[in-house]
Amino acid sequence: MTMKGFALALGCAMLLPAIASADCVGVTAGDLTISKAWSRVTIGTQRPAVFYVEIRNAGKTDDRLIGIETPIAGMPMLHQTVIQDGVAAMPHAEAVDVPAGKTISLEPGGYHGMLMELTTALSEGQTFPITLTFEKAGAVEIDTLVLPMRAQEAQCDGAS
Amino acid sequence: MSLRTIRLALWGLVIVAAGAIAAQQWVGREKTTETFRPDFALQDGNGQTYTMADFRGKFSLVFFGFTNCPDVCPTTMSEVAQVMDDLGEKADRVQPLFISIDPERDRRQGLTEYVAAFHPAILGLAGNDAATKDAADSFKVHFAREKDSSAPNGYTMSHSPGLFLIGPDGEWLRQFTYETPAAEIRAEIEERI
Repeated sequence: MTMKGFALALGCAMLLPAIASADCVGVTAGDLTISKAWSRVTIGTQRPAVFYVEIRNAGKTDDRLIGIETPIAGMPMLHQTVIQDGVAAMPHAEAVDVPAGKTISLEPGGYHGMLMELTTALSEGQTFPITLTFEKAGAVEIDTLVLPMRAQEAQCDGAS
Repeated sequence: MSLRTIRLALWGLVIVAAGAIAAQQWVGREKTTETFRPDFALQDGNGQTYTMADFRGKFSLVFFGFTNCPDVCPTTMSEVAQVMDDLGEKADRVQPLFISIDPERDRRQGLTEYVAAFHPAILGLAGNDAATKDAADSFKVHFAREKDSSAPNGYTMSHSPGLFLIGPDGEWLRQFTYETPAAEIRAEIEERI
């Protein structure tokens, strides 16, 4: 590796902790704590982006996530990956239950936000706001961190 | 009935049971060793046609997907990319293939740059509708286009999300189901190499 390459790699390595903690800050709405909001890089704006997040309900009443909105997508929707008899389908989800005392996740292979009609391409390290609307807790906004194409989970290291 | 008769009868049962188990295993063995050679004729982004014969001598890791798929496809392609990285020098014995089940839209939106974003070794292939159906049938893969007003362009695809491992002679070896960890896939490929 050249010195320049090494310096670049070192620079990137030092940046990592700063990036890694950015999306781990949770926001609260009543008894709900929302954290680990992340998305993946997109190539251009034609294909939908994805949205993943973790929601903890510390209260005694059930709630439901009933919608998402963001300025970066004209058509954001909740979807669910369902694999049945060896076939994956992705039906639209009307709502995602957030039962009392439980933590639920929008995560790869399960529920996810599908951000269609992107107004901007998503590049690594940028953040964008998403407003989650809950049946009881109402609307709450969280910053979503754009992770590399190959990211499989929020990069938090237990910070939240 | 004497004790001897009972003993003989019991031994008889043991032999019958052992025979049944052996027969069952033989049938099972036959089933798992039964193989086939899937094939296709599909184009890459430059219009060059590939068939499975082009990958003889290598193991092929084949996925059927579409680039508007925000969840299952990126997750699986990330696993494939990880497998390729972890294989190190042995990676040149493996050809990962992404076969589009939504070829018209994927070609229009750029399949090559999509697969390259995961790993440069992945080859994206997209034919016409008939060739795509033939490819899927050959791999015994299901896919369907479904009307969905909540999806881009008003439709989405349902599909078999597995990864297929094809041997150097073009023989079907096995399927890895969705979310099989990259380490497991790599271990299996390394063992076979």
